[in-house]
Amino acid sequence: MQTLLKSTPFRYALNASAIIGLYAVIMLLIKTGILNRYQALMLIPIGFNIILAASLNLTAGFLGQLPLGHAGFMSVGGYAAALFSMSAALPTNVELPLALAIGGVVAAAFGLVIGLPALRLKGDYLAIITLGFGEIIRVIILNLKFTGGAYGLKGIGRQTTVTWVYICVVITLFIISTLMRSRHGRAILSIREDEIAAEASGIPTTYYKVLAFTVSAGFAGVAGGLYAHYLSIMDPSSFGFMRSAEILVIVVLGGLGSIFGSVVSAIALTILPEALRGFADYRMVIYSVLLVGVMIFKPSGLCGRYEFSLGDSIDGLCSRIRGIFSRKGGVSDGGDS
Amino acid sequence: MTLLYLMINGLQIGSIYALVALGYSMVYGIVKLVNFAHGDIIMVGAYSTWYIMAKYSAPAWFAALASIVICSALGMLIEKIAYKPLRKSDRLSLLVTAIGISLLLQNLAQLIFSANPRMFANIFTGTVTVGERSFSNATTVTIAVSVIIMIGLTVLVKRTKIGKAMRAVSEDGEAATLMGINVNNTISFTFALGSGLAAIASVFYCCSYSQIQPAMGGMLGLKAFVAAVLGGIGSIPGAMIGGLCIGVAESLTKGYVSSQLTDAVVFGILIVVLLIKPSGILGRQRNEKV
Amino acid sequence: MAVILDVSKLGINFGGLQALDDFNIQVHGGEIVGLIGPNGAGKTTVFNLLTNVYHPSRGGISLTGRNTLGKRTHEVTGYGIARTFQNIRLFKSLSVMDNVMIALHNSMSYSLPEACLRLPKYWRQEAEARKFSRELLAVFDMEDMADSPAGSLPYGAQRRLEIVRALATNPKVLLLDEPAAGMNPSETAELMRTIHDVRDKFGVAIILIEHDMSLVMGICERIIVLNYGLIIAQGTPDEIRDNPLVVEAYLGQQRGDSPC
Repeated sequence: MQTLLKSTPFRYALNASAIIGLYAVIMLLIKTGILNRYQALMLIPIGFNIILAASLNLTAGFLGQLPLGHAGFMSVGGYAAALFSMSAALPTNVELPLALAIGGVVAAAFGLVIGLPALRLKGDYLAIITLGFGEIIRVIILNLKFTGGAYGLKGIGRQTTVTWVYICVVITLFIISTLMRSRHGRAILSIREDEIAAEASGIPTTYYKVLAFTVSAGFAGVAGGLYAHYLSIMDPSSFGFMRSAEILVIVVLGGLGSIFGSVVSAIALTILPEALRGFADYRMVIYSVLLVGVMIFKPSGLCGRYEFSLGDSIDGLCSRIRGIFSRKGGVSDGGDS
Repeated sequence: MTLLYLMINGLQIGSIYALVALGYSMVYGIVKLVNFAHGDIIMVGAYSTWYIMAKYSAPAWFAALASIVICSALGMLIEKIAYKPLRKSDRLSLLVTAIGISLLLQNLAQLIFSANPRMFANIFTGTVTVGERSFSNATTVTIAVSVIIMIGLTVLVKRTKIGKAMRAVSEDGEAATLMGINVNNTISFTFALGSGLAAIASVFYCCSYSQIQPAMGGMLGLKAFVAAVLGGIGSIPGAMIGGLCIGVAESLTKGYVSSQLTDAVVFGILIVVLLIKPSGILGRQRNEKV
Repeated sequence: MAVILDVSKLGINFGGLQALDDFNIQVHGGEIVGLIGPNGAGKTTVFNLLTNVYHPSRGGISLTGRNTLGKRTHEVTGYGIARTFQNIRLFKSLSVMDNVMIALHNSMSYSLPEACLRLPKYWRQEAEARKFSRELLAVFDMEDMADSPAGSLPYGAQRRLEIVRALATNPKVLLLDEPAAGMNPSETAELMRTIHDVRDKFGVAIILIEHDMSLVMGICERIIVLNYGLIIAQGTPDEIRDNPLVVEAYLGQQRGDSPC
């Protein structure tokens, strides 16, 4: 039993069925009307916020370098995806994934071009220079013809569905978590821990910094594409510094270096302002007080660096149950978990 | 003549940036925090001046003084409640707390005064004529008062006991404690001083731009912060030079290129400076010892 | 044994200060060389130059026949030089295992897509690296600490882990920067055995900086003495012990006790 629980194929099967199962539950809740139309629509912003937070966590949490221009990459990806789908006339199920892929690639290219010079800096200076780049992207979009200038883009097909968001979230989380458990991910972590020691251990630190930055920007671009095809408009003023700050807040609140924390916190912080709608004017005040409160009382974020693993959780649960039974039988079993 | 006019205008807005940048710079120097709530202190300063004048029809000088006191107190209060408990934890947590405070101040202002902009009457009416050109009193007073404040501040930091304490704490907080410096009081004083300067900046800003709204601190604060980085964050003369540079660059861009592109120019300057000399014009580079 | 590290006329200036000048050394395979000198003599600077953390103002370094001029630190590590740090620099919040696995980065070759899609090459190389790490940790009696965060280990174990991590990069030359700092005499004695074992098992040449003269005199076959950035003496432990220049560098006077 225990060896089965630890075996790789079993873990894969378990995770795959959990992913499909969760999707089925969500769909069922929508079909049966337990989640009303409005609540079902909330799932989409939850989804792209998860992608944004998880991707920012790659640089802020795992690489240990804080970028403050994530919204810039999101907008680049969004505009690229929207411009593609507005000019192409393909069936939705072909057009949207293509648009998202284009959004991701274009944003990743921006990430590469900006990352190469910016990542020579560290810490606060890196934060500031990415903030600068983010603002410049916004101003340039505001002044270009083909992006619609200050008016932005209108009439983008509303193609983002719960299913597409779900697929994108699963792909993002899968790629980021498998990446982090490989030699490439460990190289990224070693830079956060000690850049000089990493370099002395044979890690090409510049390469991995730029890589993490580029991948992070790429996923932000995908999220931007989902955003564009959800709202059906792109307004350059909604990608300013405050948007970057919002994403950062999700990441830090969830826990820097915890993908699971980013997911939990993206869900909580997307729902919270809506749930507080009853308090009308007070909601944003309550939101900011909660934020400051959590940071003061739990500075490492809600989940610290904890990572959830379905297999491990079931494993732990099983040995706990076995522990209870063996204690009843009067035989101590050592209780490894 | 246009050039001179643009330069003077640039110096005016630059002086305002410099006053705000000083707050960023001093706070960064002493607690290594990019205090994102600093921009919103400007907004609080503007609203309190406006409110005291409108509600109690108080004279302008009284309202301005009261707003300086309010902002200084608020700055200290924020530090005590929100930043002090996090002094020993991760710097990112501190940064997020600062963003949280910024959101809180903006939304409180929106709750109390509504999101609609309010009109702010210019305190310094009238003009001064230099040769053929005339400049508004707001411009001349802003520049003159800023210069006086900066000289005063330099003297404060260089010559006084509290100034020496500020420099000691920013150099090495623990060593300063061992030398008998009260670090908490020094940090409080720094926040009070920075916030007071932001209040003064807010009065000058309102006199030239006449509109106040809850989100006004955002961009203004961001640009002042850019000015602080440009001059070398942590350096007081650097903040002044940075502020004036940003102001003049902005004004010249508005005059000769396009008012749409001023933000791009400001942030472009920031990026170029960071890439060439990351520590800014007057900042010091610190190398890690291996 | 062949010369694997050949340093000639190496020198560096920091601003106006000449931190190191005319530093020459040839290290043969399997040799243990001591680098001593008073504080600020430029010992760690030599290590930083050998690993290209600093770039020399003059002179050259040839490592296993390759010129390291202008290379990055990680490239030089790839040529076969590894080091530990005076002020321990472990990946503190990562596990002991991960610390070693990071140093094995270049012994694996699976690509980014292979990692993300978990293709067979990923599984095979990861399993091999994990097995190798365990064996390497076992050599240093650390296999039972594999899952603890490196920062939680006792001081001595952290110093040992730094050596394990350096060895995992498969070096020809190992640089140890004050490995006995902060250790008591019995720990130091154990460390001496470890250093000997490392040389014998892995066949690496070792250069070590150390202030503990019992360790230096006990295990080094050759000692180089630095003062004010210049080599003032070199030779066997016995020659160094009686060298008046060395005594003067340490005690600052003509007559006095030997530095140990």
